[in-house]
Amino acid sequence: MDGFTALYIFMLAAFTGYEVISKVPVILHTPLMSGSNFVHGIVLVGAMVALGQAETGTEILIGFIAVLLGAGNAVGGYVVTERMLEMFKASNKGASKA
Amino acid sequence: MTDFIVNLAYFIAAVLFIYGLKQMASPNNARSGIQWAGAGMVLATVITFIHPQIHSNYILMILAIGIGGGLAWYTGKRVAMTNMPQMIALYNGMGGGAAAAIAGVELLKRHDLPLAVQLMAVLGALIGSIAFSGSLVAFAKLQGIKAFSGVIRFKNQQIINAALFGLTVLIGLVIAFSGTDYSLFTLFVFFILALIFGVMMTLPIGGADMPVVISLYNALTGLAVGFEGYVLGNPAMMIAGIVVGSAGTLLTQLMAKAMNRPLTNVLFSQFGGGTGEAQAVSGSMKAVETPDAAIMMAFAEKVVIIPGYGMAVAQAQHKIQELTKLLLERGVKVKFAIHPVAGRMPGHMNVLLAEAGVPYDLIYDLDEINEEFATADVALVIGANDVVNPVARTDPNSPIYGMPILNADHAKNVIVIKRGQGAGFSGVENHLFFADNCRMLYGDGQKVASELVNAVKEL
Repeated sequence: MDGFTALYIFMLAAFTGYEVISKVPVILHTPLMSGSNFVHGIVLVGAMVALGQAETGTEILIGFIAVLLGAGNAVGGYVVTERMLEMFKASNKGASKA
Repeated sequence: MTDFIVNLAYFIAAVLFIYGLKQMASPNNARSGIQWAGAGMVLATVITFIHPQIHSNYILMILAIGIGGGLAWYTGKRVAMTNMPQMIALYNGMGGGAAAAIAGVELLKRHDLPLAVQLMAVLGALIGSIAFSGSLVAFAKLQGIKAFSGVIRFKNQQIINAALFGLTVLIGLVIAFSGTDYSLFTLFVFFILALIFGVMMTLPIGGADMPVVISLYNALTGLAVGFEGYVLGNPAMMIAGIVVGSAGTLLTQLMAKAMNRPLTNVLFSQFGGGTGEAQAVSGSMKAVETPDAAIMMAFAEKVVIIPGYGMAVAQAQHKIQELTKLLLERGVKVKFAIHPVAGRMPGHMNVLLAEAGVPYDLIYDLDEINEEFATADVALVIGANDVVNPVARTDPNSPIYGMPILNADHAKNVIVIKRGQGAGFSGVENHLFFADNCRMLYGDGQKVASELVNAVKEL
């Protein structure tokens, strides 16, 4: 990928992240941190590509570990975030502050 | 054609991630937000199986996803809400480790990468490794594993850490700039040093600083993922990683600000090693019996409850919720005051109270409630300590001086539910407990809270 294209993507993504989170009420900080933790679980996709190209034994081993860890990140991040947000829903009895 | 499908799927995934995070900005549609993001993740993962660059090891891939995902699913479903921070630290560390491992595979191949790509691979490896081992130490600390718990210090720690970091970066630069000429041994040493640095960096951080650290490592993993995304030419990873990196950085700063300590201070802090003699405490701790405490609250006009991590440890939040309901039925105004760093994760206390069924419109944060303590008849402190310690306002020599606190001492009466007489996480004596308007209610949080519930019922 062209270096400058990458730089533009990085720049826009950085501002997006800043904007998205700066308006979040304190009450949601934990689920949001957990949710963003889930989002970087996309590393799983890169790990799969790395493993899919691995040839030597060492490469395959490290690639395998990468996929294992990446899957743990994505799945674990999703499960705990969803559990937390489910509770917020349950306690929300019409009253709204945020 | 497959190229087009894969790229389209990644694009949709990136859109869904950002949309999902955006939805999570309000409690009402937060849940649909994570579900949208989840859909994006499933799409991206499934489509990756037809990725044109993948040509082997499919069975291993499915096996690894099964094992990693299965274990995470199992643990994530079972973990108690109180232990949520360490699980997030753990899952986050896994992400950092995965990013570092991707860099490992790419660098092992020693294919002739352009300098910018190789530099990014090394940088992602460094950051990912630090986030990995650092998060594991954070997990161990929060889990209460003895060898890691508390603040661990030794002589010349900062110099040793700085030297270690410098050396790691130096070796990293050598690898990045040497094309394909670096030896596998150099690569091995680089990863090991980066991992050790992650451990060393986290060792001296403890207790109330953990939310900041977890948030920081979350941001670091995001960056590492973003950089490795560039190495692999994968825009979805770049976008998701950097969005999380910048969002996490902001969140980390908010946390550090809430403690009135710059981030550098949290990481390389002098916490616990005060700069001078602490102010002497005057007065004594005065105990109160449960029935008297119940009467004080039941006949009050306004009660402000200040829950801390101790409440969660004692699993007292459900009893506190019951108490709140009884008091509300009697016409007492009840509000919850939450310090930004209460718990072990930003916003952790809100999650715990929500789980117990406390409506979130009763919950106020520091800025919203601090003026109100002066008009409160009773401030009930349960399991909180440092965040209500007035020396943060009065004693420049105290290690917690300058940290914004909840002004519980301004209430007409203060009742503190506490297990014993010890100091808080910071090891600082709490002057609030010795104040004239303060009464101590000793005992296990859950037991005392249920006694209070019964006592109020009988009135």
